[in-house]
Amino acid sequence: MRGRPRPAPDPALLRGLTTRRGFLGAVGAVAGAAALSGCGIPGRGGNGVVTQADIDAYWRGRTGKGHVNWANWPGYMEDDHSTIKQFSKETGISVTYKEAIQEAADWFGKIQAPLAANQSIGFDLMVVTNGIQFTQLVELGYLAPLDHRRLPNFARYASEKAKRRAYDPQNVFSVPYMSGLTGIAYNTRYVKEPITSVQQLFDPKYKGRVGMMSDSQELGNFGMFAVGADPEKSTEADWKRAGEVLRGQRDKGIVRKYYEQGYIDAVTKGDVWLTMAWSGDVYTLSSPDVKFVVPKEGGTIWSDCMMLPKTAANPVDAIRLMDWLYEPRNNAPLTEFINYVTPVPGVQDVIRRQAAAATGKDKADLDRLATSPLIFPSAEEYAKLRTYRALSNAELPRYQKVFQTIPQGA
Amino acid sequence: MARLRKALTPYLMILPGGLWMAVFFVVPLVFMLSVSLMTGNIIDGFKQTWHWQNYADGFHTYGDKLVRSLWYGLLATVACIALAYPAAYWIAFKGGRRKSTYLFLLLLPFFVSFVLRTLAWKLVLTDNGPLLGPLRSHGLLPKDFHILDSGFAVVSGLTYNFLPFMVLPIYVALERIDYRVIEASYDLYAGRTQAFLRVVLPLSLPGVFAGVIMTFVPVASDYVNSEVLGGPNNVMIGHIIRTEYFDNSSYALASALSFSLMALLLVGIFAYARALGTEDVLEAAGR
Repeated sequence: MRGRPRPAPDPALLRGLTTRRGFLGAVGAVAGAAALSGCGIPGRGGNGVVTQADIDAYWRGRTGKGHVNWANWPGYMEDDHSTIKQFSKETGISVTYKEAIQEAADWFGKIQAPLAANQSIGFDLMVVTNGIQFTQLVELGYLAPLDHRRLPNFARYASEKAKRRAYDPQNVFSVPYMSGLTGIAYNTRYVKEPITSVQQLFDPKYKGRVGMMSDSQELGNFGMFAVGADPEKSTEADWKRAGEVLRGQRDKGIVRKYYEQGYIDAVTKGDVWLTMAWSGDVYTLSSPDVKFVVPKEGGTIWSDCMMLPKTAANPVDAIRLMDWLYEPRNNAPLTEFINYVTPVPGVQDVIRRQAAAATGKDKADLDRLATSPLIFPSAEEYAKLRTYRALSNAELPRYQKVFQTIPQGA
Repeated sequence: MARLRKALTPYLMILPGGLWMAVFFVVPLVFMLSVSLMTGNIIDGFKQTWHWQNYADGFHTYGDKLVRSLWYGLLATVACIALAYPAAYWIAFKGGRRKSTYLFLLLLPFFVSFVLRTLAWKLVLTDNGPLLGPLRSHGLLPKDFHILDSGFAVVSGLTYNFLPFMVLPIYVALERIDYRVIEASYDLYAGRTQAFLRVVLPLSLPGVFAGVIMTFVPVASDYVNSEVLGGPNNVMIGHIIRTEYFDNSSYALASALSFSLMALLLVGIFAYARALGTEDVLEAAGR
């Protein structure tokens, strides 16, 4: 095009504008300047405090519509969805179940924009781990406050641990779905000594054979165990000491990879020999070679919690499903499939009764489940477990700067 | 009236494409540029403070990842040329009636999801997998040797995933060469090597150039390969931008990093165009 004579412009049309290019340039410059100095992105914090009046206001006039859209993590429902089917049979409420959540941070990134615009995210019930994103969802006012008059089974059957959670006092926004332990998994084909301590993850003799988790809270917690700090009560100084130890571990080449989810495959195949791991994954794997331990310095217990986004279209049906899941006979099949720590202790009796009635391999499986400390931790085991530290809005960026940069090589 | 229509025609023709670019490219780009100069966090909101420090912070924390991304991009692009040129040459000149079949075979992996293909590599390359397992058990490899979670795996994955983007433009450029031009060079006593170096290669360079743009730019900003195939020392900038934006909600830093990457890529591409002696990049690519 360059150099070709331009057709003579119509004077009437171009009055006030010099040339096409000049016109576009001017429009662009004005729009650009206006946008650049734009007023910013408004904050939406300070919505974490809720009164009974807020709860009543949210639930007033809402009725069931006979349907629930549920977003959950992979592996958190029987393959044939039998629990959901049972729920639909008993209540007449249909359920659309999607394994839409792979990682808490990722999920938060997906739902943040519609929730900020007060739009539906397409789900009435979702499961999010207690942690950074959970706190943000609460702070930003994205969650519906729960009406506990609609959760009688939670009051009756939930464990004390499930009812007293520092990150959601009074259970205003959530009730636990399943909890799990973070510890160490190791492959006995390659590791010829018992693993008992977090320090062994830092042992140079396992150079290039150690897996760590990329989640900044999981990773940070284990760094703090390694320097003898309690993650729950840790200070910024503890974070820095832990960060240094973790960076050293990385820079000496001890860490093979920082995992989001894939560690169980890697430790089974022997790409890594020992790795940070979640209890349920190892239990489900049930390989004779791969063992799970809670190290003597401590492990963490986390909870994936059920909650309602405030824009849920069917909150009444969703809260009914929440409550239904707390009845031990309804929760037992789920626990048998998921193999994590259930918030309903009564499930242990249900499984024992089933084991007594079963025979052969079924009986062995149920017995193993009913007595497993990974599913029903004892009081002493609970004493070894810590929860994630609650991070305030001011602390969060400082925490992330220490720990999230580690898997990123910085 | 006719004159008015004539004057309006170019505007009307550019309108759909122009609007599309304005709404989905220029507006977001300007907005991101604005965000890159803000300070704040998601709870309290972000405010425009002309905080150029975001760029300095980005370079300070992740500068080496930016450099690594460009380096991996360069390696993968060169590998792509090395693999694609002979393949495209063979299809264009020796493919005969089956040319389109061969091209289809090259494109076939595209019908399988990108992530799935990269995950499949993990199965093949795992330490005790079908490739390394037998070699190791016969003592042909040192005990600690591994491919997964290394820079080699990341660059190989990138090369594999973006190869068709290099083959196609080179093929198009070669395909268009009039065979009589090559015959003429033989008539002028050029040997096979000379004919290739002085006739075929120069005529195909615009194809190579288009291929470089189409591979180098997406490769340098890719994040899937480094995430799946790389280890802690192979993190690329795309992965960091993604984490900063989605996981950390540090929109300002992520935007600043994105613009830094964009600037570096543009500088790289224009330097390459200059070195190639192409005056107008787009003209060369579009020829």
